[in-house]
Amino acid sequence: MRLLGIAGSVRTGSHNRRLLRAAAAALPDGAALELVDGLADLPHYSEDLDREPAPAAVRELRAAVAAADGLLIATPEYNASIPGVLKNALDWLSRPYERHVLRGKPVAVVGASTGLFGAVWAQAEVRRVLAHVGARVVDRELPVGQADAAFAADGGLADPERASALRALVAALVEEVRAPVAEPA
Amino acid sequence: MPTTAPTPLAGAYTIDPVHSSFGFAVTYMGISTYRGTFDDVTASLTVGDDGAVLEGTAEVASISIREPEQFRAHVLGDEFFAADRFPQIRFRSTDVELAPDGSATVVGDLTIRDVTKRVTATGAWSPEAELFGFRKAHLRLATTVDRTDFGITWNAPMPNGRVALANEVEITIELTLLAEGGEG
Repeated sequence: MRLLGIAGSVRTGSHNRRLLRAAAAALPDGAALELVDGLADLPHYSEDLDREPAPAAVRELRAAVAAADGLLIATPEYNASIPGVLKNALDWLSRPYERHVLRGKPVAVVGASTGLFGAVWAQAEVRRVLAHVGARVVDRELPVGQADAAFAADGGLADPERASALRALVAALVEEVRAPVAEPA
Repeated sequence: MPTTAPTPLAGAYTIDPVHSSFGFAVTYMGISTYRGTFDDVTASLTVGDDGAVLEGTAEVASISIREPEQFRAHVLGDEFFAADRFPQIRFRSTDVELAPDGSATVVGDLTIRDVTKRVTATGAWSPEAELFGFRKAHLRLATTVDRTDFGITWNAPMPNGRVALANEVEITIELTLLAEGGEG
């Protein structure tokens, strides 16, 4: 099973990329998570640009998502909401409306922030957007607050409860990928 | 009086700041507990014939939240302590009871953001002992206050319907009392 990890931050040393790497190490056997780059290369979404052929960065991201069995999105939180760079990626991925790559795609969302609340509002917003565009959203969250001190030397989450919650969340994503989907009549 | 009763404290005491602390704990996200301290604390206990008076201050800016910068700025700002206008937390007792069984009950006026509320704290005290040539005693007190009583009302609804921060804040004071002129 191939999962794709998307970090909603393009910052060097991003806590959310670290969180995705911790998630990759917490996967059950038989599943692998690869991190995607290139969110910074996406142009701002515009219908003027959204035509065949789409910009190269858009084509690459859409192809990577299409090829993945499921997605794990790690979002920071800006002003209690989704960072623009991540919302822009979701806007590109959710077009064309009828046959976009997020439709029916199993997705789970986690988030890290340096504040106390671990991007919990941004995670809720990302799940809401994903549900709106027709993804199969895992109804769980993992707020990793005080992210500066959240990771152990081995890259995993230092708090055993959080580490266990991360394992449970990625296991739920894997289960969602394996779950049979009812074909539309 | 039982002969095992500790010798009551008498006279004036200051605190040994290294071995004294002002801690607070508050539930956030409905499930987790955030703990912090104010590190710059003064206190005095004066025990006279008419009873004892406990007084203390804590410098708000000495809060243990140092980073991230925006977290510290939020807590020191208007939505929490407004530290530029109200730089100190103050306490002055109206009644101190150090019972022979080692329990302690202190009633007094707690001032945060210039709002003063009567609180009752309970805990334990230990009698004087000589330590490294100093006469020291110990007093530990705890109480729970409603932060909104003092005008610290910030909150935010969580996506799951809970609130970000509880109103109840647990305060724990540990004082190592140093007898004035008590150098042995």
